[in-house]
Amino acid sequence: MSDASDATRGRSDLAAAFDDEPALVSYVAAGDPSPAATERYVEALVEGGTDVVELGLPFSEPVAEGTTIQNAIKRALDAGMTPDVYLDLVDRLDVDVPIVCMTYYNLIYQFGEEPGPEEFVAAAAEAGISGFVVPDLPVDESGPLAEACREHGLDLVFIVAPTTTEERLERMLDRTTGFVYVQGRLGTTGARDEVSDDTPDALARLRDTDAPKAVGFGISSGEQAREVVASGADGVIVGSAYVDIVAEGAEAGDPTSEVADRLRALADELKTGAVAGVPEPEHK
Amino acid sequence: MSTQDEATDGTQRDGTFGDYGGQYVPEVLMPAVEELTDAYERYVLGNEDGFVDDFRARIREFGGRPTPLSHAENLSAQYGTDVYLKREDLLHGGAHKLNNALGQVLLAKYMGKERIVAETGAGQHGTATAMACAYLDMPCEIYMGRTDVNRQRPNVFRMRLHDADVNPVTVGSGTLKEAINETMRDWATNVEDTHYVIGSIVGPHPFPSMVRDFQAIISEELREQARDQIGRLPEAVVACAGGGSNTMGAFGAFVGSASLPGHPEGTHEPAPEVDLLAVEAGGSSLGVDEDEGYAPNSASLSTGTEGVLHGARTKLLQTDDGQIVESHSVSAGLDYAGVGPELAHLVDEGRVQPVNVDDDAALEAFHRLSREEGIIPALETSHAVAYLEHYEGDGPVVVNVSGRGDKDLDTVIEESAAKDIDGAPTMEVFEE
Repeated sequence: MSDASDATRGRSDLAAAFDDEPALVSYVAAGDPSPAATERYVEALVEGGTDVVELGLPFSEPVAEGTTIQNAIKRALDAGMTPDVYLDLVDRLDVDVPIVCMTYYNLIYQFGEEPGPEEFVAAAAEAGISGFVVPDLPVDESGPLAEACREHGLDLVFIVAPTTTEERLERMLDRTTGFVYVQGRLGTTGARDEVSDDTPDALARLRDTDAPKAVGFGISSGEQAREVVASGADGVIVGSAYVDIVAEGAEAGDPTSEVADRLRALADELKTGAVAGVPEPEHK
Repeated sequence: MSTQDEATDGTQRDGTFGDYGGQYVPEVLMPAVEELTDAYERYVLGNEDGFVDDFRARIREFGGRPTPLSHAENLSAQYGTDVYLKREDLLHGGAHKLNNALGQVLLAKYMGKERIVAETGAGQHGTATAMACAYLDMPCEIYMGRTDVNRQRPNVFRMRLHDADVNPVTVGSGTLKEAINETMRDWATNVEDTHYVIGSIVGPHPFPSMVRDFQAIISEELREQARDQIGRLPEAVVACAGGGSNTMGAFGAFVGSASLPGHPEGTHEPAPEVDLLAVEAGGSSLGVDEDEGYAPNSASLSTGTEGVLHGARTKLLQTDDGQIVESHSVSAGLDYAGVGPELAHLVDEGRVQPVNVDDDAALEAFHRLSREEGIIPALETSHAVAYLEHYEGDGPVVVNVSGRGDKDLDTVIEESAAKDIDGAPTMEVFEE
């Protein structure tokens, strides 16, 4: 959404992040293992080639997450992460890419004085968030959040699952702004060694969709990123593979800078892989 | 969906109850939820292929329905008012849970599903589901928090004996909330051939309505039995409330929302003259400790605030930020931070009155019913029994005895000694 506020915030807009070459969307859980570390990690991910940061706001009941991100959320909550601390962290982040807030609906709904999404969306826009991914909010229940996002110029990204029916897909695409989050496999988040056989089919049925398509759930290497882009994706979404690095660092007590170096290196590998996957004739 | 119309019973077919309910689940599950909604409307509400006839026959022959309505003579004399007990403790398995588990596993068969998953807290729903799966020849996997596995060993043995796999869940506090999360993750992974048998009137539509309809066979029977045995409807019905499945089972036919076809004439008409009391677990004290993220109770109807958990908008025990807190009750089956959306709505409407009793009062009531009436109630049920101490209405009152207490003996003996509970017998018969 290219309104004036995007320019004044100094951030590129979400859909535009996919314009030039395949985009790398990188997830970490805010506050894992501390807000200060998250700041460094996000900077490193952007230095490594990340085009969109998907910053998780930890919720106590993360039903869409596999073990890796569940544990990250627990570390962040134990270290004191709250919606207010999250918004401060976003406000402090000094990166030149859009930031998407990934969280569960109850936190958005409870924020502020009155129940409902309006107050959190306003505060998120103010802090510099560009859009939302809310895994427990299907399109059927998304009316109030979609309206608040529209009002504040934020994007609302929906997850298209392997099980999504054509009828549901149409309704989701009607409301999608920013990009389409293509869930590459059944189940929950978590790094896998192989690209799922479902992924090319999922992309094939979105071929005529204007919005950029990014594939997530299970991508952890540059080779997988290349394969997914070669199958027609406009971007890749990676989370658990980074969170594994954060978890190992936290466990070993490694300095933040060393963990940040590893994150930067993985982002670079993923971005290089994604770019290598662009089919020659269609290279923009 | 073609289901946005208002049904004849006044509930919204899109699964909302006033401000509550809805379908807040990941997209990957939504097609399954839609498929289930369609199956619920056709087989359960529409009795397609004789599903409901089949269910009613099986819950009689396998489950042992109808359960009796017993006059509690000694408690009646003590309280100076007629106390009746609806004996779900005598249903096969020892609790009301089979009504729903059998209904859903049978529905899964009609839908052509090949595998069942379920969560369980105290193990009663897991056991009922394992029983129903053995009976109907369906593979079954149960998710149960590690803490609950350790404190409910007899039920774990029962599930294993019925050939169900039991998967301990180690994240968080290892109780019901985590078990539900993990079952939803399994469902999201195996959604194409698997049905999730939710154990209470919680979760996304159609679960709250469907579970109520299977459970409301309790109140449907109760109305007929009250007419035959008492010659009138009861003044009040009292039931404990955790998630709320026995509660809506005991209330559904009186509220008028129960929708299972084939009921005796007149048993589903709204009966506003009957008081409905939902007794929650007051635990050790009310309220939420914001700093610790902990509530020393499970009184979400009495003290909770509106929010979204496990697929529905409902009343929850949560922090100001919206993080769900760990709840507490001496009774594992009531120990849950949420409650069914229909109950939340009925409380807001003033149709159901939420009350609560604490751990100690429930333990005292456990001993009272065991001593006075020869019935050992589940600790969950003991909360409903305890409320009789405060009941002020006149006219016959019915307590829903949601389950029997054999599973709770270790807890009760230990807690009663530690807390010096009134009326607890000594256990000095054993050799040291």
